[in-house]
Amino acid sequence: MDAVNIAELTGNIAVVGYGLAAIGPGIGVGLVVSKTIESIARQPELAGRLQVTMWLGIAFTEALALIGLATPFIFV
Amino acid sequence: MSALSLFRAEDGEFSPPSIFEFYPEIVAFAGTPFAINRIMMIRLIVMVLLIVIFWLWTAKFNKAVKTGNVVPGRFQLLGELALNFVRKSIAHDQLGEKDGERFLPLLTTIFFMVFGMNITGVIPFANIAGTSVIGIPLVLAGVAYVTFIYAGTRKHGLRFFKNSLFPSGVPKPFYILVTPIELLSTFILRPVTLALRLLMNMIAGHLLLVLCFSATQFFFFQAGGLMSLFGVGTLLFGFAFTLFEILVSVLQAYVFTLLTTVYIQLALADEH
Repeated sequence: MDAVNIAELTGNIAVVGYGLAAIGPGIGVGLVVSKTIESIARQPELAGRLQVTMWLGIAFTEALALIGLATPFIFV
Repeated sequence: MSALSLFRAEDGEFSPPSIFEFYPEIVAFAGTPFAINRIMMIRLIVMVLLIVIFWLWTAKFNKAVKTGNVVPGRFQLLGELALNFVRKSIAHDQLGEKDGERFLPLLTTIFFMVFGMNITGVIPFANIAGTSVIGIPLVLAGVAYVTFIYAGTRKHGLRFFKNSLFPSGVPKPFYILVTPIELLSTFILRPVTLALRLLMNMIAGHLLLVLCFSATQFFFFQAGGLMSLFGVGTLLFGFAFTLFEILVSVLQAYVFTLLTTVYIQLALADEH
């Protein structure tokens, strides 16, 4: 490493791209889970059905992050 | 990689895991279409194990029914719990008793196959999931795709395509917008995301585990000195991620089966 150039970055810009791609699904999964927790706190007797729906919601949201993970293999 | 390159000046290089983890060397039948590498071998072993386990379970169940012995042993109880989980909380809950029973064999197969292939990712000496190469996720997603289209066309005939492409209750001009979206999401994105979700979860999980443990090895045996302290951290992380991977492999099996069930249920649903 150069002594002068201490802030040099090496690597692939796709890593930053994936970081960006993970923001949306991260917020999305957080929202799904938080709303499910709220609903279960309101109506604990529905917990079972709400959890099934929660997993579905997470699966759909999370797919975006995973598509982001897959794109470098296809487009780079 | 740039953060880790700080340690590169030390003796020994740290080599981060790459995508070539998933292309291990071929061990048999090289050059033919049936070339077998480590992952393929793991898949075959898992397949044999699943068949044996199910055969033993069925033998146990049959014996229990024949002798009227209602107290299950540990092995039989595990089988009953696992099979009942798919039957009750996936098939019957989503599809109802009648249709649930119809598609139960397929759903059970999908669940146990995905789980069996996933769990090899954390089993010592196997250490790579059978689903971490596109083959199995693709086949299973294809099966799910064919099944929900079959379920829909069997029940509604060609109206199934009309219902799913032109949902009722939408004003006519909006079909210009709605139909392409529905086509994309129902007939293209569904199987693609089914396969990708499973595959990418397994790839990411495996890469994380390899990163943690190879970093541990690097810190302990190559960096040495105070760097060993980092090794303790990465080892703990690796251990935590191993537990997390066990959770993920169950969860992915559950999610894959659940999504297949939901797609079948949506195909069977009557139009409103």
